[in-house]
This record gives sequence, C-alpha cells and structure tokens, in this order.
Amino acid sequence: MTTKKGGFLQSLWDFFCSLKLTISLLICLATTSIIGTVIPQFPNVPPEYIQSLSSNKLFLYKNLGFFNMYHSWWFILLLYLLTVNLIACSVKRLPRVWKIIAEPTMLMDGGLEKSLSLTHDFKMPGDNVALREKMAAFLKKEFASPVVTEVDGVYHLFSQKTPYCRLGVYVVHASIIIIFIGAMIGSYFGYKGFVNIVEGTSISTVYDPRTEKPIDLGFSVRCEKFSVSFYDTGAPKEFKSILTVLEKGEPVPGYTNIPVVVNDPLSYKGFTFYQSSYGPTGEGAAAYFTVRRRTGGEPVKIAARQGEKVQLPDGGYMQVLEAVPDVKAYMPHMSGAAAKIETVSAGNAPLQFVVFQNYPGLDEKRGGDLIFTFDGISEKYYTGLQVAKDPGVWVVWLGCALMVVGICMAFFLSHKRIWVRVTHERVTIGGSASKNPAGFQLVFDALVGKLKKL
Amino acid sequence: MISSSMLFNITTLSYLVSMIIFFAFLATKNRVVGLFASCAAYFGFIVQTTAIILRWKESYALGHGHAPLSNLYESVVFFSWTIILIYGLIELKYKYRIIGAFVVPFAFLGMSWAQLRLDSGIEPLVPALQSNWLLYHVITCFLGYAAFAVACGISIMYMIKAKHEESAGNSPAGGILASFPPCKVLDDLNYRAIMIGFPLLTLGIVTGAAWANYAWGTYWSWDPKETWSLIVWFVYAAFLHARITRGWVGKRAAILSIVGFAATIFCYLGVNLFLSGLHSYGR
Ligand code: HEM
Repeated sequence: MTTKKGGFLQSLWDFFCSLKLTISLLICLATTSIIGTVIPQFPNVPPEYIQSLSSNKLFLYKNLGFFNMYHSWWFILLLYLLTVNLIACSVKRLPRVWKIIAEPTMLMDGGLEKSLSLTHDFKMPGDNVALREKMAAFLKKEFASPVVTEVDGVYHLFSQKTPYCRLGVYVVHASIIIIFIGAMIGSYFGYKGFVNIVEGTSISTVYDPRTEKPIDLGFSVRCEKFSVSFYDTGAPKEFKSILTVLEKGEPVPGYTNIPVVVNDPLSYKGFTFYQSSYGPTGEGAAAYFTVRRRTGGEPVKIAARQGEKVQLPDGGYMQVLEAVPDVKAYMPHMSGAAAKIETVSAGNAPLQFVVFQNYPGLDEKRGGDLIFTFDGISEKYYTGLQVAKDPGVWVVWLGCALMVVGICMAFFLSHKRIWVRVTHERVTIGGSASKNPAGFQLVFDALVGKLKKL
Repeated sequence: MISSSMLFNITTLSYLVSMIIFFAFLATKNRVVGLFASCAAYFGFIVQTTAIILRWKESYALGHGHAPLSNLYESVVFFSWTIILIYGLIELKYKYRIIGAFVVPFAFLGMSWAQLRLDSGIEPLVPALQSNWLLYHVITCFLGYAAFAVACGISIMYMIKAKHEESAGNSPAGGILASFPPCKVLDDLNYRAIMIGFPLLTLGIVTGAAWANYAWGTYWSWDPKETWSLIVWFVYAAFLHARITRGWVGKRAAILSIVGFAATIFCYLGVNLFLSGLHSYGR
C-alpha cells in the first residue's frame, strides 16, 4: 500500500499491520473465552442460575451478552479485528515474500556476502570457465541445479531448495479466513434443530432452538423402533433408533429401516440425523398376555393397549385398566410387572383382577374359566434426534486441511539458498536458510568439506 | 502371569528413580550420572509401552476390546508415556540431557497420581466413545500436550537461568545453573518443543471437530472443553508471534509457554473437575 497517505490513515494502517496487535488480540480472545466456560450459555441457562444472581450482576451479564458470549457483539468484534489484522499483515508482507520466491537474488555481491552468516572462501586452480562447470556440476549433484549468471567476467551460481515453503505462513493465515467463511455459510444457510419421534410415528418438521420456529424438512422421517441395551455393569451400551425416510408418505428405497446409533448418523438431502436422547412417551404402552381355557385347547397370545377392548378366545372381551412395570409400589410383598384387567364374557358380570409377570401360576388359582399369564409390558419410547444441515462444513474442512499443511510447511520446511562466485582461481560460497540455522550450518559445512576435496 | 498393573508400578518406580538421579545430575554435573538418569527414564518407557499393549490385550480378554484411552486413568498413563516419548526425541536430537530434570517429574507425577488415586478398572466403552475418531483425537491431543509439558519444563529452566543472569550480570553462572544450557539455547529448544506441539494440538482440535460433526452434527458448539482447547491454541499462537516480535522474545515468550501449559492442564483436568460439558473423561 502507498506510504504517503495522511497521518491518520497511515497510523491506522500501521496499527493493523502490527504484530503487537496480533498478540494482544490472541491473548484477549484467550482470556475472554474463559467467561463462557464459567457462565452457562444459551440455550442451556438454568432458571435457578438466573435467580441466584444479584440484580446488578444480572443487568451486567445481560448487557454484555455473557449468556451468549461467543455470539456477543464484542466477541465478534474481536474476531473481525483479528481478521483485519491478518489481512493487513499479509497484504503488507506477502509481496516482499513473493519477490524472494519469484525474483531471487542470484548474484552474491559484497553486501549480500557480508549479510550472510555462512560463507567460505578459497583458492582453486583452473580457468574461470572450467571452474564454473565444475561448480555447476557439484551444486547439481550435492544440492540443487544452479542458475549461472555472468557479470564482467565473474560467474555467479545460485541454487535453492523449497522456496515455496515461505508461503506456509500465508497458507495458515488464509486457512483461518477460509474457516471463518465456512462458519458464516453454516450460520446463514444451515440449520440446527431437534426433534422427538415417538416409535411408529413420523415427523416432517424439526424445532430450531435459535429461532424457536419449526423447520420444514420437505420429507418425513419415521421412527420404526427405539432400543437401549446395557452392559452387565449397568452402563449403557447402545442407543439405537430404526429410521425410515418417507417421500410423500412412501418409504424411500435405500433409506428404509436404517439403524442410527450414537456415532453413526443418517444423512438425507443434506440433513443429518444424530441419535441424541430418548425417553418413555408415558402413554400407549402395550401389555402382553397368554390366555388358555381351563378346558384345554391352544393358548392364545394377546396384546392390549391401556383402555383398548380386545376379544378373548371365549368370545368375551378384556381391557387393561392399568399396567405398571413394577408392582412393588402398590403391593410391597410382590415384585415385577403387573396388570389390572377387566374381562366381560357374555351373560356374566364384569370381572376385575390383577395378573403378575413374576408369578405365572397364580391366575390358575383364581378359578376362572380363562387362565391368564402376563408376559409383560412394552413401554413406547420416543427417540430424540439432533438434526443438522450445514452447507459450510466442507469449506471448514478445506480450511482445516490447509491449516495443517500450512503449519507443517512453515515449521518443518526451510528455504535453503546457496550462492557461489567464481573469479580468477577464487571460489566464494555463501548460504542461508529461512529456518533452523543450526541444522543448515551442518549442511553447509558438509558442502564446503566436499568442495575442498574436489 | 505378568499383569499390566504390575508393569505400571515398575514404570512409576523407574520414573521416580530417574527423577532422583536427574536431581543428582544437577548437583554433580557428572555425565555418567546423567546417562543413568536417562537410561532409567527409557527403561520406564519401555516397560510402560509393554504395559499399555498388555492392557489393550487384557481389554480384549475381558470382551471389551478397546484401546486403553477410554477413561481418566488410561489417559493420564498415556499422557505420561507421551511426555517421556517427546522428551526422548528432543534429547536424542539436541543432546541436552539436563532438561530431563524438569520434564521427567511431570511424567512421574502423572503415573503416581494414576496408580495411587485413580480407578484403574477396565470398563466397556459408553456409546459416545465408540468410534475410531477417539483414537485419532486422543493420540494427537496428548502428543501435543506432552510437547507443551516439555516446553514448560524448558521455560522454567529459562526463567531460572535468566533471573540468575540478570542478578549476576554477565559473570558465568556457578553451581547447578552451570549445567543448564545457555539462555539462547533454552529459548530455541522451547520454540522447537512448541513447534512439535502446535501442529499436533491443531490436528487434535481438528479431529475433535470432525468427530463432533460426525457424532452430533456440529463441529463446534463452544462446549467448555472445546473452548479451553481453543484458549490453549490462542496462547501458543500468541507465543509463536511473540517470538518474531521485538521486545517479546525470551522472557515473555517463556512466560507464555508456562501459561500455555497451565491452560493445557486446566483444559485436560480442570474442565472435567470444575466445569460441565460433553466430554466424559473423569466423571
Ligand atoms: C491477527 C492475526 C494474525 C496476524 C496479523 C499474523 C501475522 C503473522 C506474521 C506477520 C507472521 C510472520 C511471518 C513471517 O515470518 O514472515 C506470522 C507467523 C505465523 N502465524 Fe500468524 N498472524 C495472525 C494470526 C495467526 C493465527 C490465529 C495463527 C494460528 C495458527 C497463526 C499462525 C502462524 C504461524 C504458525 C506462523 C509461523 C510462525 C513461525 O514460523 O514461527 N497466525 N503471523
């Protein structure tokens, strides 16, 4: 950028080009980020926490956006400042670095020679052209192909290795901006939602906690079944939902009965469904019975939801009045699941009695014509799915990959340069490296050692 | 039958012995003593490597079959192992054995804490951790943390030495300090250790984000653990820029390196102990 441009603009530019600003911003970001790890963040702020704050504190926290700190105006401002700082620094420095790569200094004059910390100078017999050939062959074999220039009868040889690694730093810095862009694409064009699906039912919208509005998926998802399994220790082993994607009510081939577990989501049309939580619906549990007649005949299996009338083998009806997973709360001397049922057979008064899963022989003693055994209840569950659509995510991964590559370029590669000057039986060699001077000194000393033996 | 827990005890003991010999090395400056100190650490490292492999096998024998990186105990053990690994690499490459005196204690502290206070049972993996990403994420993070531990040890040496040089002018340091490498070398070694740690931490954060995206659909959710790893990353980024800024070289860079490691430890342990979030280690 131009340097003669009014005092204010110039000092603003210098301010944004300064590495001290970078360090200050990074330290500011590091320290302020702590706030959001200590204060609960939206949308997970418990009401008790709000109540525990004094009104002054609450006022302060609210106005500084501490409950949604990472999206507060001042935190975003810090990120913008960092971005401007980054771009300004790069705009200022990149042309210089590019010049080193694109137009390397190929002549080692006295000034350059003095500025190099590694030089060596010795006599070597032979005329200039022969020496030049010898040096060129040597550099090509031991280091890298040289470029030869002649100035007033003096030959200059220049060879270099990995000049582009100087761009590593800029790749890192560009990658940060790419990640920011990816994050913005995600926040403008993506969704994050949540949905509970009861087993056997389907949904076509999900709830967005940020806007508190439903998002229309454009298709529906049905939960066929949800199950949890446990290790012997009682720790959960697997949460599994079986999902089917429906277009216009029809199952989509390839997206039917797909198991979704934690760490293995389902993706369809850019939306991804992640297993996140579950719970009992608290209604609609089915109770299962086996019924046989005292007079003999095949036992019959019956499933009944609470309140539902189901036909019995003798032509009558039964109804589950109440079913509980553990009867202990009502009858302390009994255990296991139990169901209170009512049977109505033609011409008889309704009968109410309880059957127990853990005591299968008990109902026989009741003396009725039909003998019930209770096979248990199945509670209906809902599965809680996290739903996300993020078109920016690939941009973010591109940025991350570039960042890792850039950091490795900047740290582990070095731009190594060797100059050789040949004049009247005199050879001068000089070298420099952009990184790890101690390591390069060894390389340089080895080169000089070999040169002397030529 | 040799069990992994027996070998872990031998490891802890080796690191203790190594630490004591290292302190003797500081006092005597005798090269043979230094060699013994390193050898004790390497012996412990080999035993520990065997023990980790054995524990992995034991997990298969129990029918769980997962890498020993799944709970606080296993991660602390692995952390100690990576600290000695990174120390070993730096020692072999740069031949400054003495930094062991400031690094091996971290590994010893970790091992003894794990052996004495943490639950060493081999548990099956909870659903959230059943993924190959666990391996990539944990290994890169801990290698990074270990490099920062080494850098912190070196920075402490730098602070001690720089303080002495300030008060004693330019007269050559006597006593224990004479065995320290010169300030310039310590500054350089600090940078080199962070040059190992920073890319690894970056990879650790990236693999963590990739895993979160794969498992939960968000690569970044400002969960306290994520945020603290970013804080650590900011501190070391500040360090890297401090080193190329006049007036920030040397002492301030060393302070940033120590602060960075303190933040690392908080990120690793403090977040689980004091804050709540998605990462389930240690709870
Ligand atoms: C406001 C933001 C930033 C500015 C203005 C800035 C500027 C700079 C400058 C001028 C350099 C020196 C380049 C050279 O040696 O020619 C540098 C190096 C570097 N920057 Fe940044 N930077 C910023 C943020 C970051 C961030 C957030 C990272 C995180 C990864 C980063 C990573 C690096 C790395 C790895 C180096 C190389 C350091 C070395 O070689 O020791 N920079 N930066």
